[in-house]
Amino acid sequence: MPTPSRYWREIPQRYRMEAGKCKACGFIAFPPRVVCPACGAREFIPAKLADGGKLLTYTIIRVPPQPFEDQAPYAVGIAELDDGVKLTAQVVDCDFADIKVGLRVRLEFRKLSEDGEAGVIYYGYKFVPE
Amino acid sequence: MRDVAIIGVGMTKWGELWEKSLRTIFTETALLAIADAGVDKIDSMVVGCMSSGLFIGQEHLSSLLADELGRTPVPAARVESACSSGGLALRQGFIEVASGMSDVVLVGGVEKMTDVTGCEATYALGTAADQEYESYHGLTFPGLYAMMAVAHMHRYGTTREQLAMVAVKNHDNGSRNPLAQFPFKITVDAVLNSVLVADPLRILDCSPITDGAAAVILCPADMARKLKKPVVRIAGCGQATDTMALASRKDLAWLESTHIAAGKALAMAGRKLEEMDLFEVHDCFTIAEIMVTEALGLVEKGRGGKAVEEGLTARDGRFPVNPSGGLKAKGHPVGATGVAQAVEIVKQLRGQAGDRQIKGAKRGLAQNMGGTGGSSVVHIFEAE
Amino acid sequence: MAGIIGYGAYIPRNRIRVEEIAKVWGADAPSFKKGLMLEEKSVPSPDQDTITMAVEGSKRALKRAGIDPREIGAVYVGSESHPYAVKPSGTVLAEAIGATPDVHTADLEFACKAGTEGMFIALSLVQAGAVKYALAVGADTSQGAPGDALEYSAAAGAAAFIFGKDKVVAEVLETYSHTTDMPDFWRREYQYYPQHGGRFTGEPAYFAHVMGAARGTMSRAGMKPSDFRYVIFHQPNGKFPLRVGEMLGFTKAQIEPGWLVSKLGNTYSGSSPLGLTATLDVSAAGDKILLVSYGSGAGSDGFVLRVTERIDEVRDLAPRTRYLLDSNKVYLEYGAYAKYRGKIRKAE
Repeated sequence: MPTPSRYWREIPQRYRMEAGKCKACGFIAFPPRVVCPACGAREFIPAKLADGGKLLTYTIIRVPPQPFEDQAPYAVGIAELDDGVKLTAQVVDCDFADIKVGLRVRLEFRKLSEDGEAGVIYYGYKFVPE
Repeated sequence: MRDVAIIGVGMTKWGELWEKSLRTIFTETALLAIADAGVDKIDSMVVGCMSSGLFIGQEHLSSLLADELGRTPVPAARVESACSSGGLALRQGFIEVASGMSDVVLVGGVEKMTDVTGCEATYALGTAADQEYESYHGLTFPGLYAMMAVAHMHRYGTTREQLAMVAVKNHDNGSRNPLAQFPFKITVDAVLNSVLVADPLRILDCSPITDGAAAVILCPADMARKLKKPVVRIAGCGQATDTMALASRKDLAWLESTHIAAGKALAMAGRKLEEMDLFEVHDCFTIAEIMVTEALGLVEKGRGGKAVEEGLTARDGRFPVNPSGGLKAKGHPVGATGVAQAVEIVKQLRGQAGDRQIKGAKRGLAQNMGGTGGSSVVHIFEAE
Repeated sequence: MAGIIGYGAYIPRNRIRVEEIAKVWGADAPSFKKGLMLEEKSVPSPDQDTITMAVEGSKRALKRAGIDPREIGAVYVGSESHPYAVKPSGTVLAEAIGATPDVHTADLEFACKAGTEGMFIALSLVQAGAVKYALAVGADTSQGAPGDALEYSAAAGAAAFIFGKDKVVAEVLETYSHTTDMPDFWRREYQYYPQHGGRFTGEPAYFAHVMGAARGTMSRAGMKPSDFRYVIFHQPNGKFPLRVGEMLGFTKAQIEPGWLVSKLGNTYSGSSPLGLTATLDVSAAGDKILLVSYGSGAGSDGFVLRVTERIDEVRDLAPRTRYLLDSNKVYLEYGAYAKYRGKIRKAE
């Protein structure tokens, strides 16, 4: 579970999908980084991820970690977005039986977890079938 | 670089060791290795442990374990690379002896995992994944490997039954290992009917939560010969890293770090894969063993499932994999696993593996992996 | 003339039927269905709250408005189920849509009319020239106490409106608010569920204020019921808006497009605002709409709107309200509903 400052630092990524596009080679880093993993360059321009894509893989988590105990079972997947970036997120608003490799999904703003009833609420993105 | 030999090994029974603390488990195991080696002086200690901080609130293991062993002021280090912490500790020990920095090095691995609840343990293990972009979304290690399995099954037609066969084979081997956590056989049906953890992986596809330790004593090969000990050399050592997050990998169904680490180890040893008589690999989940056999090059990419079905990796197969029982039957006290792999191979190469003995074993390969393949360490052992 | 330049709705997928709730409490479902004119209500998933719905509704409003979110100068979320008691829903919303940092925000509460109160403030800031665009959202995931009459109707949804002076989709011709102090329905701090005065919430509360606001608004605008194509009232149940409409002299046909409650439930701060988004979805240039909300405590906000030709360009840039209401529904049993709504007492 993140601390308040760790959560706050990732807000531009979790709320607005802000990424960094390498000026030299075009690689899109999400989250943004200091060094481009594709070419080693260090200059990036701001970019936003595409808001949809298709699932490359998925699973249903039945034995959850804290603080997701009450949410299980839930589906998680990796989707290749329409801009080529691969993203990991939960897959919600559909029956498990309908989740397949190749399913088209879009991103939606949802609550991920919270630090108990009195703690910070953690928001972010999830996949919803298109 | 000097040739490095292993002259002592130690391992105690693994399982849920309620009465034993991390200190006790490690110390008892290390003493076995020291006694087996017959040495008095230890120049240095390297300990692999993934997460004593999260499991028992204890860091600074270097000092703690040197103290418990009664060996202060010996220099000591604790190394961590998630589930390959043990293999990494062996690598660091190897480098110390090979470089001439130390003569006799104690390499140990230990993990005490049962002092927290299952949920807390899952969380601690999850710290090997990307906290902000995988764990934040509710992923667990079974979940990550399940996604690798789905990708592998979708692309290559690997079946649920083939995954189960890995567990069955490893239990068959583990039933001959008195130190294993689960020294009994299981059936494919039992695997297929066990409770789901992260589809399609079931509880019997997953290595367990275990308390345990393993230890080896390293020294220059010349010293080993002078001591008239059976000389088992570490002939090769390779390590490689890969992206942290599974989503960042080029290929979700391939273990590139293992492929590279194995290549490096074989090159250092001047050996080909086919010259290995046995393999101890990182079957944290059944799919992992299948993917490792492909990454090592035992089989063509995508054929790992077929291979286990055809018995290629059985005890009497062409490439015996996990004669010890693997992580699945032997247990997986995270930091200890990489060292335990070395213990098994050394015993095999000495002809001391009892019912598990691979006849005429002269060379073995150990592959230890962290996270979803973010780090891999491979060692090659040869009997003289 | 200032008005709505973009609008968006958000309704969660889950539903629970009146029969399912009645079964658990041993109540007579047919009489509740008849008395409330209610069949089912929406239920938020555990990962949805006022903020998540406000964000998605606002993104849809932005799609219709076609503006740069950085030009939004004020953001208001009206709700009686803000996720935090202290820390505004508005800051998360503003951050998520990209309106930060040059933006005003504060959360609003006025029972079921916090949304329309936000709309009034947003509109007024634009009219005054203090901001170029302002966003107002009415959103709720309100709780009905288990076994209470309100459990049948307390639902979840969000409606978002962006106000501006250019590219207007519906001009606001008149506003009025009718407010008195009365304890018809309330929730004290630290209490989990609200309380209410039973039948006292009817005539002296809902009807008195809705009629006061409707008449007050029409009088200021110099208009009568027949001047309007459509009218939307706050919808705590199916009966009240139809009855008050009849009492005021409106026809069923005028009320019908915005009358969502029988399949949606009472979305509290989202109630009349969602009625408005549903009405805009089917309106045509020149249509005049009367919107009258109601919030316990008590008060009613009235708006007179006139739809422009731009409605035809923006209507289908985002999903229509009826589509969200009628498609992809998932029906819950009471057990799942109680779990989702946090009504099950768990270990500390």
